[in-house]
Parts: sequence; structure tokens; C-alpha cells
Amino acid sequence: MSELSYAEAIRDGFREAMRQDQSVLLIGLGIPDPKGFFGTTSGLREEFGGDRVMDMPCSENGMTGVVLGASLNGIRPVLNHQRLDFALLAMDQMCTQAANWSYMFGGQVHAPVVFRMILGRGWGQGPQHSQALHSWFAHVPGLKVVLPSCPQDAKGLMISAIEDPNPIVYIDHRWLHHVRGPVPSGHYRTEIGPLRVALLGKDVTIVAISYMVLEALEAAERLAAQGIEAEVLDLRCLRPLDREGLLRSVRKTGRLVAVDQAWACAGMSAEILACVVEDPQTCLKNPPRRVTLPDCPTPTSPALAAEFYPRADHIVEAVLEMFGRSREPGELALQPGIEYDKPNPAFTGPF
Amino acid sequence: MLRIRLVEEAIADAYPRQEMRCPVHLSIGQEAVAAGTAAALARADLAMSGHRSHAHYLAKGGDLRAMIAELMGRQDGCCRGRGGSMHLIDRSVGFMGAVPIVGSTIPIAVGLAFAEKLRGQTRVTAAFLGEAATEEGVFHESANFASLHRLPVLFVCENNLYSVYSPMAVRQPAHREVFEVASAHGIPACQVDGNDPEAVFNQVVAARRHVRSGQGPFFLELKTYRWREHCGPGFDNHIGYRKEAEFLDWKKRDPLENYSRKLISAGLLTEEGVHELSEKISAEIAEAMAFGRKSPFPRGLADFVYSIQP
Ligand SMILES: Cc1ncc(C[n+]2csc(CCOP(=O)(O)OP(=O)(O)O)c2C)c(N)n1
Ligand SMILES: [Mg+2]
Repeated sequence: MSELSYAEAIRDGFREAMRQDQSVLLIGLGIPDPKGFFGTTSGLREEFGGDRVMDMPCSENGMTGVVLGASLNGIRPVLNHQRLDFALLAMDQMCTQAANWSYMFGGQVHAPVVFRMILGRGWGQGPQHSQALHSWFAHVPGLKVVLPSCPQDAKGLMISAIEDPNPIVYIDHRWLHHVRGPVPSGHYRTEIGPLRVALLGKDVTIVAISYMVLEALEAAERLAAQGIEAEVLDLRCLRPLDREGLLRSVRKTGRLVAVDQAWACAGMSAEILACVVEDPQTCLKNPPRRVTLPDCPTPTSPALAAEFYPRADHIVEAVLEMFGRSREPGELALQPGIEYDKPNPAFTGPF
Repeated sequence: MLRIRLVEEAIADAYPRQEMRCPVHLSIGQEAVAAGTAAALARADLAMSGHRSHAHYLAKGGDLRAMIAELMGRQDGCCRGRGGSMHLIDRSVGFMGAVPIVGSTIPIAVGLAFAEKLRGQTRVTAAFLGEAATEEGVFHESANFASLHRLPVLFVCENNLYSVYSPMAVRQPAHREVFEVASAHGIPACQVDGNDPEAVFNQVVAARRHVRSGQGPFFLELKTYRWREHCGPGFDNHIGYRKEAEFLDWKKRDPLENYSRKLISAGLLTEEGVHELSEKISAEIAEAMAFGRKSPFPRGLADFVYSIQP
């Protein structure tokens, strides 16, 4: 066990999987770049060589099909995108092709390929560099979708994703890269499917995705100070969805808040609520709540972006309302001196 | 060129103050492409661009104050603070938009040209793109359609040898030139020294004449070099993806320096003239910066998501 950043944990995951299996290939625009793809590929080219850690043309759509084809023929590729938005050029290859190949050929072929994409946020990423569209992929049978929120899972889920016989969408949030935590050394898998109970509690279930797990944990701490014990679930896999894990918690607490830094309409937060309200054995004490993005594109101006992103404050407010406490004026006001468009104070841009 | 250079340098200098909180892609070293091209276009002609669009916007006549305010995320920005550096627009001068998804404005620019043709109009549309955009499938689909329908579009491809940190060698075959890809789509194409503003201008004049005459699109590959880091205000030759010697080599081909020397020795310009011009531009930039800082931050998250029926 050692203390690593999330970015280093991804790199460790790559390294373990590549040491284990010669057929693992890391590819993407800028994969061997001097900044190591936000530090997630640093040193790998030196260890594994240019044939296994390789750059590619600026051709997301074609290259997605190319790595899919390679995966049908003995290679285990990980195709990396600096932003989720760039991967959207390849929706046909991911959703219509990769997701369907096992099924439509009667289980004769397998596509062990990972589509990794980074979810951008802050510092003027704006409408085209920060779209949180993970729900799109969660919609598609044949894909598996993971969004780890802690370094340990970042590594374990990367290894599992690479070693899985199916196409996997692996999404890491830009604001998690610097977050540090304990990471087991060596090769290990984190099972794709089960959610992670990030904090035990009995009064309310807060289900959060990716970076929002951090905000949910902060909210839980503040709620604890008010005598409310929140259970925080880290929904690290959107598909398959751990419905049992979700229901187990909500049956205990009777209250549900789904937190997703994404749009609410037809999104993952809606699926979480549906899963709970459909269950005949789960009785909610309050109507469920969602903490999500406002229904508009990401603005670039820091002034608008600060209002745009939900924070722990919003989660606390949603829970307190369930407990009959109405909002106090100024509760959600932005605090002076906080730079809401930065992942950490050391960040100075530009990307 | 001088104006573009000074604006970009002013942005680079101001950037560390963290009042321009968005990614910026500067065109320092590549000014001749924008200046030479825009000088050969009519004011009414249309243009679109990508992530590195400050120069194209300014050369086409885009409002400097609105651009600076946009970089600062202010209400008086050219996108009312919603876009930032990577999304510039000034419809009053035919600069119809820039977006940072590589290649994405190419078909949209072709669409502008398609509409021009459908409506019997004669404006030419310039689609600015980087050489990496020719690697996207959408470039080929757009080129094919433009060629098929002889659309009045001018592809202006800046080949600065890199896509972020990735050199041409890992992206395109060494034995064929970028412009030859356009030729294969049946589009007349050629390569020009993108650091020579007169060569750019002359070639664009000819290309525009071709496009305007109804013969269809034209593709120009302009060889040039980005001086600063791909994104951001600094230099990055030290991090190892390219050689300092290569940069210094290209610096000797500084479009601004070389062209002003040429004009001076031809007696068309004086040192004092250049100095005066710089002073004037610097004052204009200072005024634009002050304008940006004075402009309020925008409010209203939900504004503009949908257009309203007039
Ligand atoms: C579809 C897509 N893929 C990747 C990126 C990331 N990206 C931003 S700028 C850039 C470089 C593009 O190179 P080029 O077109 O040559 O323009 P240059 O930066 O050299 O001016 C890349 C790859 C993107 N914005 N969009
Ligand atoms: Mg380039």
C-alpha cells in the first residue's frame, strides 16, 4: 500500500496490466507527450516502448474503429481521449459497433477494448471541453461504464477494464487527478459492477458519481455536525448498475439524494431514482432529490461557471429540506475568496 | 501582422494575472497566414476557424475590445462571456464562429458556402484549419461534398508541423504532402510559404478568383510555425517534444521582422513608422484591456439556450 495521486494510480494500473499481458496497447493523441497525459502515462513509453505506448493521428472516429478491429484480433487496446467531448466523434464505433459485436454475432467475437476519456471542468473549459455525457454510454447494452472516484479504484478498475472481454468506457474527472489516497501495490482488480460504500450512515443515502463523491463526503461531514448520519455511495460503475447495493442502502435509510455533475434530464440521476421508486420493498420517507447541473450548456465565464456547478452546499441543503429545515438566506451564496473554477489552489491553467 | 503579434503578446503577458480564465492558443509566429489571407478577402466574405483563432478573427476585422472582454469572461465579450478564447464570433465582419473541436467548423463552413450557392450569393467562405484537422474524417467528407457541388469555399490550412506535442511524423505519411489530400478530392490545391505575407496574399487572391468564378473550392496549405506553447502563454521548447534549434530556425523566418525589413529597404516604411504604429496599437490594446476589466460579469445561466421565435 502506498499513497498515490489518482493520476499516478491510473498509470500504475496501466503498468500492471501491461506487465501482465504483452497484448495491451496504450494509444491516443498525445499519449507519449512530455506531460504524460496529465501524469497518467509518465514513464510507460520508457518501460514498454513506442510500439505499445503510441501516439496517433487526430482521427478519433477512424481510430476507434481501428482499435476495435485490433481488439477482435488479439490486441487489448486502451484508446485515450484528453476530453470526453473528443470521443463523441466516434459514437458509431463505440455504441453501434463495439457495443454490439458480441451480441449480433452470437457471442463468437469479443472486443476487449477500453475507451478512456477525461471529463473536463473549470478554467473556461466551456461548452465543448466539459460535457458530462457519461449517461449516454450507460444507456447502451454491451458497454460497461466506470467512473472511479478514488485512487485505489482508479487503478483497480483500470486493470479490470483492460482485462475484461468487453468494451469498457472508463471516465476520469479532471478534478480528481491530483487527489491522493492509499493504493495497493502490484496487480489487483476492482470488480466492475458493485458500488462502493464510501461512508456508512443510517439517515439518508447520498449516491454520487465520480468527482461528486468528494463533495458528497464533505456534505456528509457537515450533516454529521447537525446530527444527520448520511450514507455515501460511490456509484463507480454506471453499467452494470449495482441495483441491489443501492436498494440495500435506501431500504435502511428511507431517504435518497442522487448527486451527478451532469444534466438531470434523462440522465444517470434519473435512473438512480427510478431504480429505487420501482422497488416494491423500498419505502421512501421523503420524495427523492437530485443535485445536478442546471439545464444549460457549460458557460466559460468564471462568474457563470461558479453558479453552474453543484457543490457540497447544495447536497447539504437538499438533505436538510428532507428533514424539514427550510433554506436560510445566503446558504448557497458563493463565498468570497474561493476560486470555483479551479480543481486546487495550485492550478494556474491553461488546460 | 504587427497588431496580431502585439495583441497576442499582450494576452501572454496578462495571462498570469489570471483574469483570462480559459485556455488560450496563441498565433505568434503564424501572423502572415491570417493577415495575408484576410487582406485578400472581401469584408463581406465569410470565415470560420478552430481553437487557434485570435489571429483569424482580428485579421478579418473582428472587434478587439469584444475579444479581450470575451477572454476575461465578461458581458461585453463577443459571446457575452459564454464562449471564451476558443469561441470567437463577429458577424458584422463575416467572422462566423470558431470552435475548439478539431475539424468541426470545416463542414459548417462548407455549409455556409452551400447556402451561398443555393441562394445565388457570391460571398466566399474561408475555412481556417490546422493540418491536424485534415486527419479527421469530417474533413474528407466536407471536401468531397464541396468538390462535388463546386461550393465557394477556400480551405486555409495552417501547417505548423505539430498537433499539441505530436509531430507530423506520428500522424501523417512522410511521402505525401497535406495539400495533395485535397487534390485527391478533385480540389485544386497548393503549398505556400505561410511566413511570407505577400506570397499568402497573392495566392489567396488567385484562389479566391477561382472560387468566385464558380469553379468550386480551393485548398491552400501554408507552412508556418507556432512559437509559443500549444496552449497557454509560455514557451515550451524545453519540455522535449521539439528542438530549440528548430524553433530558432523558424524564428529567423519571423514573418513580421522579415516583412518590415523588406518594406523598409524598399523605402515603403521607416523604423519610426513601425515604432509609431506599435505605439498606436499598444494604446489600442491597453484601452481594450481596460474595457474588458470594466465590463461586468454576465448573469443568467439559462439565457440563449434556445433561440426565441421572433
Ligand atoms: C476532435 C478533437 N480532438 C482533439 C482535440 C485536442 N486538440 C486541441 S487543439 C489540437 C491540435 C490540433 O492541431 P492542428 O489542427 O494542427 O492545429 P494547431 O494547434 O497546430 O494550430 C488538439 C489535438 C480537440 N480539441 N478536438
Ligand atoms: Mg498544427
